[in-house]
Amino acid sequence: MAEAARAKPKPTPETQHFWDGTQIGELRLQRCDACSHVYFPPRPFCPSCASRKVSVFKASGKGKLYSYVINHRPAAPGFTPPYAIAVVELDEGPRMMSNIIDCPQTPEALELDMKLEVAFEKLDDKITLPLFRPAKG
Amino acid sequence: MRRNQVAVVGAAETTELGVIPNMSQLQLHADAALNAIADAGLKLSDIDGFATAVETPPQVCHYLGIKPTWVDGTSVGGCSFMLHVRHAAAAIETGLCKTVLITHAESGKSMIGKQPRYTPPDSLNGQFEAPFGVYGPPSMFPIPVLRFMKTHGITHEQIAMVAVAQREWAAKNPRATMKEPITVADVLNSRMIAYPFRLLQCCLVTDGGGALILTSADRAKDFPQKPVYILGTGESVETPMVSQMETFNSSRAFKVAGPLAFKEAGITHGDVDHLMIYDAFAHLPLYGLGDLGFMPYEETGQFIADGNTRPGGKLPLNTNGGGLSYMHSGMYGMYALQESVRQMRGIAAAQVKDAKISVCHGVGGMFAASGTIIFTNER
Repeated sequence: MAEAARAKPKPTPETQHFWDGTQIGELRLQRCDACSHVYFPPRPFCPSCASRKVSVFKASGKGKLYSYVINHRPAAPGFTPPYAIAVVELDEGPRMMSNIIDCPQTPEALELDMKLEVAFEKLDDKITLPLFRPAKG
Repeated sequence: MRRNQVAVVGAAETTELGVIPNMSQLQLHADAALNAIADAGLKLSDIDGFATAVETPPQVCHYLGIKPTWVDGTSVGGCSFMLHVRHAAAAIETGLCKTVLITHAESGKSMIGKQPRYTPPDSLNGQFEAPFGVYGPPSMFPIPVLRFMKTHGITHEQIAMVAVAQREWAAKNPRATMKEPITVADVLNSRMIAYPFRLLQCCLVTDGGGALILTSADRAKDFPQKPVYILGTGESVETPMVSQMETFNSSRAFKVAGPLAFKEAGITHGDVDHLMIYDAFAHLPLYGLGDLGFMPYEETGQFIADGNTRPGGKLPLNTNGGGLSYMHSGMYGMYALQESVRQMRGIAAAQVKDAKISVCHGVGGMFAASGTIIFTNER
């Protein structure tokens, strides 16, 4: 029997640009052309000033560890516990949930505010997830 | 809304709490409703307003045989019932209906007639949280707490003390699920669930329900029970995605709902005799104490560690034992309301002597929503 797979996102018209970006190694955010507010998750208008004039741009992929849990039980399908569920604060401002790879999943190794950089994990031909690893240097 | 114009005249929980393998979720609604009707000395045909969450008003009204002229199906998680009380009070005051029944029931443990939670893969949660391994509230609700602790200087031992103090209250309550005394060491040595939280910092999973009946304060004096008046109310929502909260150092929904209720009630924090803060997990009372303005966040941990919220303390908190020790069917807000009403009637298992004002603060989802109701037994 095949192992249960991790939950897979299904893009909508409003989020397709984000998932197209991760497939080619870009972490995409949106910026309001009217008020310069940078926001996530994707939507075709500014949640700060309601302008419909917004642009998609490639983010730096750099951020820091804002908070996390190390989940022991129950584990989600496709995950081997213990695993950290993290919230990353991007240098551009928005935060996003992710996982931290190339790092022990322990409180000692996972220090709040540690610098992180994006890494991309391909799930299939349509979906690549943005994960994060400790920043080099 | 004007103060003390609406009162709770009926309040009851399901006959049993805990594990109820012989009743569906829908029947638990009915069991709670029939108990509340009896408590108020009414007939079902007297009910002309109805509110519930998760189940829809048509489902429960049809099952009970109620023909309402006003319904509210607000369903924003465990604090939905606080919002129902607020909406019902407004409906009664404006004459949309006279006598409102609010029901909650959940077969949270036995899962009879209850739909499992489902996150569609094309929802925002399904796209931007579920792929990263969140799996039920224990993996989500504690995500903000490490940041809260770092910012405000809160320790693991202080948060463990939340569970210890509430178990002391539960020990006085025959209907509480967990009554055995526990220590901070017991909490910090219990099974790891989602670091930093261990088993004894996570709510119980049980079956049960509860119901409230509200009517105008002028009519309330004709009912058999001591009326409990609605002194102040507040509500708000923030985000269904815990990762997208404005900050993890506080809850925006709490900070809107709580102060709204205090302002409406016209009271200060020193007037509060009894406090309920929905505790799905052990960090929520700390957020609540800070967000409702009882004290700076930095002092919340030590305030609880010093015993101020335990039996005999100056601010009795979660006196039924809370979601950690009393019961938690999944949407606990109704049980917090029931305990506030019991305290105001003077009939609680662990009664706070001469309590006149009770603040009941609820959370929905993972800090997604909030509702606050302030009760008094004096008009």
